[in-house]
Amino acid sequence: MNRRPNPETAAIAVTEPPLPTLAPPAAPARTSAQHMSFLAHARYVITDNPVTGIAFGMFLVIAFCAIFGPWIAPHDPLASNTGSALQAPSLRHWFGTDQLGRDILSRVIVATRLDLAIAVFSVALVFVLGGLSGVAAGFFGGWTDRIVGRVADTIMAFPLFVLAMGIVAALGNTVTNIVIATAIINFPLYVRVARAEANVRREAGFVQAARLSGNGEYRILLTQILPNVMPIMVVQMSLTMGYAILNAAGLSFIGLGVRPPTPEWGIMVAEGAAFIVSGEWWIAFFPGLALMLAVFCFNLLGDGLRDIVDPQRRT
Amino acid sequence: MTSAPILLDVQNLTVEFMTRRGVVRAVQQVNVSVAKGETVGIVGESGSGKSVTSYAVMRILDRAGRIAEGAITFSGIDVRDAPESEMRDLRGREISMIFQNPRAALNPIRKVGHQIEDVLIEHVQASPSDAREKAIEALRRVRIARPEERYHAYPFELSGGMCQRVVIALALACQPQLLIADEPTTGLDVTTQKAVMDLVVELTRERGMSTILITHDLGLAAAYCDKVVVMEKGKVVEAAPSRDIFKSPQHAYTRKLMRSTPRIGVDLRDLLPEDMPPPAAQVASIDAATDKAPLLVVSNLVKEYPRQGVSGMMAQFFRRKNELPQSDVFRAVDGISFEIRKGESVGLVGESGCGKSTTSMMVMRLLDPTGGMITFDGDDIGAIPAKEFAKLPKRKRIQMVFQDPTDSLNPRFTAVRAIADPIMRLSDIRGRAAVRARCEELAGQVGLPEDLLDRFSHQLSGGQKARVGIARAVALNPELVILDEPTAALDVSVQAVVLNLLQDLKASLGMSYLFVSHDLNVVRLLCDRVIVMRAGKIVEEGLTEEVMSDPKTGYTRELLAAIPHPPL
Amino acid sequence: MLRQIGKRFATAIPSVIGVIIVTFLLTRVLPGDTAAYFAGPAATPQAIEEIRKTLGLDRPLPEQFVRYVKDLGRGDFGKSLTTGQPVITDIAQRLPASAELTLLGLIISILIAVPLGILAAVKQGSLIDHACRVVATAGVSLPVFFTGLILVYVFYFILGWSPAPLGRLDIYYSTPPHVTGFYLIDSLIAGDPGTFRAALSQLILPAVTLAIFSLAPITRMTRASMLAVLSSDFVRTARASGLSPRRVIVTYAFRNAMLPVVTTLGMVFSFLLGANVLVEKVFAWPGIGSYAIEALIASDFAPIQGFVLTMAILYVLLNLMIDMLYGVIDPRVRLEG
Repeated sequence: MNRRPNPETAAIAVTEPPLPTLAPPAAPARTSAQHMSFLAHARYVITDNPVTGIAFGMFLVIAFCAIFGPWIAPHDPLASNTGSALQAPSLRHWFGTDQLGRDILSRVIVATRLDLAIAVFSVALVFVLGGLSGVAAGFFGGWTDRIVGRVADTIMAFPLFVLAMGIVAALGNTVTNIVIATAIINFPLYVRVARAEANVRREAGFVQAARLSGNGEYRILLTQILPNVMPIMVVQMSLTMGYAILNAAGLSFIGLGVRPPTPEWGIMVAEGAAFIVSGEWWIAFFPGLALMLAVFCFNLLGDGLRDIVDPQRRT
Repeated sequence: MTSAPILLDVQNLTVEFMTRRGVVRAVQQVNVSVAKGETVGIVGESGSGKSVTSYAVMRILDRAGRIAEGAITFSGIDVRDAPESEMRDLRGREISMIFQNPRAALNPIRKVGHQIEDVLIEHVQASPSDAREKAIEALRRVRIARPEERYHAYPFELSGGMCQRVVIALALACQPQLLIADEPTTGLDVTTQKAVMDLVVELTRERGMSTILITHDLGLAAAYCDKVVVMEKGKVVEAAPSRDIFKSPQHAYTRKLMRSTPRIGVDLRDLLPEDMPPPAAQVASIDAATDKAPLLVVSNLVKEYPRQGVSGMMAQFFRRKNELPQSDVFRAVDGISFEIRKGESVGLVGESGCGKSTTSMMVMRLLDPTGGMITFDGDDIGAIPAKEFAKLPKRKRIQMVFQDPTDSLNPRFTAVRAIADPIMRLSDIRGRAAVRARCEELAGQVGLPEDLLDRFSHQLSGGQKARVGIARAVALNPELVILDEPTAALDVSVQAVVLNLLQDLKASLGMSYLFVSHDLNVVRLLCDRVIVMRAGKIVEEGLTEEVMSDPKTGYTRELLAAIPHPPL
Repeated sequence: MLRQIGKRFATAIPSVIGVIIVTFLLTRVLPGDTAAYFAGPAATPQAIEEIRKTLGLDRPLPEQFVRYVKDLGRGDFGKSLTTGQPVITDIAQRLPASAELTLLGLIISILIAVPLGILAAVKQGSLIDHACRVVATAGVSLPVFFTGLILVYVFYFILGWSPAPLGRLDIYYSTPPHVTGFYLIDSLIAGDPGTFRAALSQLILPAVTLAIFSLAPITRMTRASMLAVLSSDFVRTARASGLSPRRVIVTYAFRNAMLPVVTTLGMVFSFLLGANVLVEKVFAWPGIGSYAIEALIASDFAPIQGFVLTMAILYVLLNLMIDMLYGVIDPRVRLEG
């Protein structure tokens, strides 16, 4: 199982193959590429691929909702009003109302913060833990590698969502535990990427040269390896943000973590699910749409970031 | 030669590529003609458009490339406008191609015999019933021993040289009229290179075939070709019979390329371009070196690795009963001893896998030996673990220039930061300004313009990167510098300049060199003595001139014979 | 050949051990009283004590572990408080429903994704290629429960094409006699086309939901690996030898391109088995996913533990099969060691 090329990143982050074999070898193109700065390249990627630009715009909207959500929501997301229950989208309630008469638009906006927070915290947690252990495993090899690899393999031996269910069920049904479970199931992805990136550089010329210059191993890890692994890890972070959001929403959809009446996309879809068969589609649809757009946005951003960082597409 | 009918005629060929930065002309107005039975060499450095020209002839340019202008005629067929079905008939049956990196050129998960059959059946040279027999015959023709067994082999089970033979068998299976060989020997060991080239020449001569040999090696082209076409930046700068091109090269670029090609009977200074003045200080280091005290003594050095693959309990458990247990270790370096005196240059030569790089890594104290002693200036440094050695003051006395200039520079560092690293860690120079001044001084010594110091590695050319690597290696005034194939990744003209730079630095800084290389011809230029290694052992050792002119062992003779000799 | 299979089985042993240790740890080393967990929320102190005794929770940890492993060996996953049956019986009853759903979803997905990915790579930059990219990025962004609900709304509520999303078979039909547990196969064996159609109409929406979900990674991987292979040296050799495009793509590119795709299948299975739980909830599918959710709501711990363990063991076995498939395609792996 171990010898196959990193299967776990594949589903989420399929690396595009390098450009075809016959790259034009002409000199003028190359020199202009050499002088292209990082910023210019970033601008190029965004203009070349407007989708990345759109994704960035969406990200700004999502971030805005997450920060200012409670203030911009037109109604109180928790105020129920049985008189106006199950109303279809209208001018007064753009997204309609749910079975308790709560305004769905307000609930969707306010939920942004919680959904994003779960994803951000879990990704940050796994970024530090998984990234560091992966880099250490790849760079030092030996026992460090074996232990980290064994832990990652054991986690990978479970279907990840199922493991998350088990962890939350055992640790207790709280938001914090959702964050922890999401971080744990992402751990192998981060370890594999960081490990591979550190491992290919372990015997690289510049690392050997740093050894000759009198740098100790830890210093090399910090000054030579980490700066090179970091960009790829940031891309990985962006790519797994979407997955983290999906995972957290999935858990609350089956009743783990967030509890009603707290507005959260997954639980709102779950609440609306019962009404789909009777035609009240808006209760589940709008939170589901918000969820989908957020994940879509992070996936596109991740792809765009990878284009910026990926050295193969850079020259 | 001129009387033979023209088989392939390329007129005014221009090939364009659509890139992100607009249209790039990889090949411009190229004229090449190949007569029946003729061998034509297309020579140029990387990026000269030589491969693109051949892909255009086959019309296998990738999506982004197209033939913009010109005509290609192959025995009366207009290649540029022929329908794809006709081209497909041509490829493999009339024109064949062999590539560099033969292992990658074969389908990794298909038996080599089946791959040959595919071509035979496609071109109706065999029916499914006799395809196997013909495929085996094709393997036999390229002198593959036991072709019936090799028929069933997968590429990963064969050596590089063997794979190249299979590729040749594949190319010649349908008896084509023209063979295009694109760097067919690059990446192969020198002795294999010669065998492969001799085979190609013999087989094509036998069949009266025409050949186009694409190579960066002017010597190789001149040795095997009737006519040589020299390309630079997409244009043909000179085309002449190979005898003439060596005797009286017309174009300045050809002269430069020719001058910089290392060859027998030529001195290091001769490789420099005409317009570059030889350095003033000509130090006769050879005489001075011989009677000095030894700087480095290596005795009975051994490095063992555990064998890959089968190991551990599980393997023991599943091993067949009648299988003999393999020896679990592999000796990469098998008890070698040598010494380097102060101010001396010693070449360590051998083919890939002979243990020369492992040896240099151990001497460098980046790798711990399994056994033996490494004594540097009287101290047994072999006993100090590699991890601790990095922090000792002795570290600065032994430095290294790495094989791949790109790989040896951190892509996130500027040139000056790379050079400053050893200065800040191991020297007494302190303070930003002082370190910077020292870096500038070093840049001057290695001929790196100061304004390049603040560039990142991807903004530098190969030669410039090599200079940064050299500046970093000499920054601490080391006594011993190990050069690990320092020019292998560079074009010949750059190689000539870098080799000269290394020679000058050695003289002015009083260093000793251990020059690790696969290329005797290059080692000869720089070294006083050479050591020839094979399979972890030293097979021959002696003064360079003696080894070159009067080799004692068969293996050294084989290595020497493998160097192409251009007609002079 | 037998030796090869044996070797591959051996590689799965560490995973199985890891799975058993983790499921054990999940219940024992966590905060709170494990006995109370297993006894359920409504248990009396006496019931909790009883559970403590039967699980051996008053014993030292290593001894508990030995007992745990022994119990697993006997197929004893504990008893479900909600159904009152042994967990293993419940799971055995419900597993075929989940398996039928997941496999059909995967088959649909592969049948669409692989040709789509290949076409996109072969006709790079074409309309199909762009469509493929949209599918790939949008597909991974779709929450699987959301897709399911939309399909239900469109095909059940609006169009009325499919039956109500309530289980495996409409109540008017009787369950086909049990042979494989797969209703589609069992109804065919029983020679009952009516039941077959009814089962299929219930199955098709959830299976398509799962297929849409797993379409993206497979398409993406197929396209990427096909592109990589098409630009490889050996495909260039094949082209330069004048082989027909069909031969180049089928014999040379396709088989090589399938290697990374087969590898990806492992990850796809991981996602599918997780997504399965969500889809089962949306379609009230009586599989082991719904079983686990019911147990979660009832705070009934033994079924959850049994579910996690079953899923993990299944996943390890699936990975093993993928490894063997890989070995069949790639001679380099076959001959290793």
